Amino acid sequence: MNFRPHPDDIGENPWDPLPDLAGHTSRGRLERVLRRGEFAVTAELNPPDSADAEDVYDRVKVFEGWVDGVNATDGSGANCHMSSIAICALLTRAGFSPILQISCRDTNRIGIQGNVLGASALGVNNILCLTGDGVQTGDHPEAKPVFDLDSTSLLATIRRMRDDRQFLSGRKITTPPRVFIGAAENPFVPPYDFRPVRLAKKVAAGAQFCQTQYCYDIPRLKQFMTMARDLGITEKCFILVGVGPIASAKTARWMRSNVPGVHIPDAIIDRLDKAEKPKLEGKKLCIELIQQIREIEGVSGIHMMAYRQEEAVAEMVRDSGVLKDRKPWSRDLQHTAFNLQERVESNLDKTTHQTIE
Amino acid sequence: MRTPAAFEASGKKPRDASKFALRFWAIRHSRGMERLYDRVEKILIGLAPLMRKIGWERLEAPVALVEKAVKSTLFDCKMCGQCTLSSTGMSCPMNCPKGLRNGPCGGVRQDGHCEVYAEMPCVWVKAWEGSRAMAEGETIRNVQTPIDHRLKGRSSWLAVARDKSDEGARP
Repeated sequence: MNFRPHPDDIGENPWDPLPDLAGHTSRGRLERVLRRGEFAVTAELNPPDSADAEDVYDRVKVFEGWVDGVNATDGSGANCHMSSIAICALLTRAGFSPILQISCRDTNRIGIQGNVLGASALGVNNILCLTGDGVQTGDHPEAKPVFDLDSTSLLATIRRMRDDRQFLSGRKITTPPRVFIGAAENPFVPPYDFRPVRLAKKVAAGAQFCQTQYCYDIPRLKQFMTMARDLGITEKCFILVGVGPIASAKTARWMRSNVPGVHIPDAIIDRLDKAEKPKLEGKKLCIELIQQIREIEGVSGIHMMAYRQEEAVAEMVRDSGVLKDRKPWSRDLQHTAFNLQERVESNLDKTTHQTIE
Repeated sequence: MRTPAAFEASGKKPRDASKFALRFWAIRHSRGMERLYDRVEKILIGLAPLMRKIGWERLEAPVALVEKAVKSTLFDCKMCGQCTLSSTGMSCPMNCPKGLRNGPCGGVRQDGHCEVYAEMPCVWVKAWEGSRAMAEGETIRNVQTPIDHRLKGRSSWLAVARDKSDEGARP
């Protein structure tokens, strides 16, 4: 068992960007894990409806030592929560490797580009570019949707900022944001033949990794991956397949009809319906899916979206065996004397002082 | 009853799949539309020297009016002013409630309908179908730049005539 983090994954302090590494665009751990060819695990953090930093640290603890990146959602389902950029900033202070999600629904190109620079300055190394759910699905259906950019042009915009050191307007950026750029794809909804082509467009626009929507349909995923391999996407882009446990058949039905883009085959719902302990069955099912996904050629990792079952992520990752003998970064691995509570308190102190001054 | 989205024009419902709409007819006949467009483009480019003499800005309002009448009938055009129909299977991407110009979002329903308007087929599902019949259909793979909101309401026909002839560069 190797309980030391890879030497490339350690900086001086957990919260500092890592030292430069040739062939890498970012100074974050996620890119390094993927480029080393490890099977990566990322997880989605359920953002709090509060202004308390400790809520964020509490929620991320369950992932520590089990995942290589933590996604902070940006108003997912068009519901209002703590912002992705703030959660990412808090997570970087403790040394986590957050993935900033940017949705085109809420901010125009001026706001987005400013946030990209700000996030990078705060130590965020990964950005996932999304279109965003329509406002009609969320808690503010009366809001004005922005959609100034779309996910593909957002990718191109960030790549231009990073590689050409320019805003969309052409104005120069003195220090470019060194970020690892990601896209989302949903292989499980129509038009199926267009999906890999669309991902190829995103890769052409700058996507280096891709996280997919929930996968409950392995044959469909295999078809998608075959087409993706034929288009040469898997050589240029790391694909992480989305997975998550479903608590019951009722939840599955609700998700299918209320969460945009979630496809759950009837067979899965039947299985949950017949199970004596549906929650346990849901976890077993998720582990089985992870094991089948791992075997598909061109898949680089999984993205765990265990909404309201976040505490089960570690267990499912362990039982699926995808990490083999690898242990993702955690604070005690880097600093044996590291005290989480102390760090959280000192962070909170700093925040309080700044507000008072 | 269906609750209209906040951004929807009051009283105007999106196209229902079951009702006849020229927009779906035009997409089904995308190859013919493509040919028609090629011809119109050639005529416009040929007319460029004349249009320069009359004055591009003077022509803007009347041409935009005609363009709007023709294209809103045929494609439910929204006059974004930077037409990309030939790269989107003759399915106008501005009918997508998210205004996506590079492909469908991840919210498309299993029946191929829109996430926002359950009764409307996804603009990009239709675009993919339309593009398969076209000679230049593969241009759907090109990455489109973000929209320039200043061009809204202006004529793309004039812009094409100007850009593709050398009249635009002249004083």
